[in-house]
Amino acid sequence: MSGYVFALIFAVGTVLIMFGLLRSRQMREKYATTWVLVCAVVLVLAVFPGLLEGAADLLGIATPVNLVFFVGALALLLISVQYSVELSRLEERTRTLAEEAAILRAEVERLRARVEEDERRAGPGGVAPR
Amino acid sequence: MSVAAPAPLTLADVLVVVPAWNEEEALPRVLGELAEVLPSAGVVVVSDGSRDRTADVARARGVEVLELPFNLGVGGAMRAGFVYARRRGYRAVVQLDADGQHDPREIGALLACQADTGADLVIGARFAGKGTYTVRGPRRWAMAFLRAVLSRVAGTRLTDATSGFKLVGPRALAVFARDYPAEYLGDTVEAIVLAARHGLRVRQTGVAMRLRAGGTPSQNPVRAALFLGRAVVAVFVALSRPRRDADGGRREVQ
Repeated sequence: MSGYVFALIFAVGTVLIMFGLLRSRQMREKYATTWVLVCAVVLVLAVFPGLLEGAADLLGIATPVNLVFFVGALALLLISVQYSVELSRLEERTRTLAEEAAILRAEVERLRARVEEDERRAGPGGVAPR
Repeated sequence: MSVAAPAPLTLADVLVVVPAWNEEEALPRVLGELAEVLPSAGVVVVSDGSRDRTADVARARGVEVLELPFNLGVGGAMRAGFVYARRRGYRAVVQLDADGQHDPREIGALLACQADTGADLVIGARFAGKGTYTVRGPRRWAMAFLRAVLSRVAGTRLTDATSGFKLVGPRALAVFARDYPAEYLGDTVEAIVLAARHGLRVRQTGVAMRLRAGGTPSQNPVRAALFLGRAVVAVFVALSRPRRDADGGRREVQ
């Protein structure tokens, strides 16, 4: 089996898995897009191997496969950085939510104490508790 | 915000925020002391994802409690305290650590310094002639470095950049409630840079501090070197951020 066929099968398989994850809502489109794009590039290169060789030639890289490795590593790096940024943003949001939850909980406790106090003062003839 | 000179701060304007992470043992003494010294002060304990009875211990003493669902670090706990203080109408916050290191009797000294200097952020400093707290070795060098850089940034002599014992005035409170760092050293070093960068006036006053009731301060050289490295990064990252005025300029969020 040629390496190109292997790449082709792999790319198609990955796209199918992405599609499945999207359908079952286990992944959001904005993340799937990146991977589908990566797969698309692999697909194009598998179908037209000449493109890869031409690009390697153009950039002065003797072995085309090295270009694949280089671009692949670069893409993974960039995607990781993007995820770190996303993760930091999510952490900040979680933090704000945690603060908000703590403050609201304290407010609820304060109000509950006040309501209970009022009910106690109203006595049995007053507002019926609960 | 207001153009007219604001009314001077009184104790009634101040909320004492006690960040506490698993401090059920030290907390009762600290709260007891606080109630004894400043019976009228507003106090809130921020239980920073504690897994022990910290929150219950505080509630049993009739103190308000903010319970964070998980640990956010001192910076996170303090920002929750700042937001809460603003919502409840307090104008200033004093941070008082739950480990008993900070003496509530010195809160008066922080307020006095605020009144004298009009500072927006008053740092209760060790090594300022009062008290007997000392450190040595690489940690001491790290502190010397921070002292030099932060004194320049803040435009005033700061002898204890890593002190957590601070009075946050109205203008600083507005800034910190919006944007207070959760990173390591964020609540001390980065907070000073943040304040200075917002054009706030930072001052310090000497306070007596006690040794922490529990836990061991990092004294070995490796940890001290790490401390220094992270401090340098924290300072320079904070310094590279754009300047803002106290009231305006939200930091853009992507």
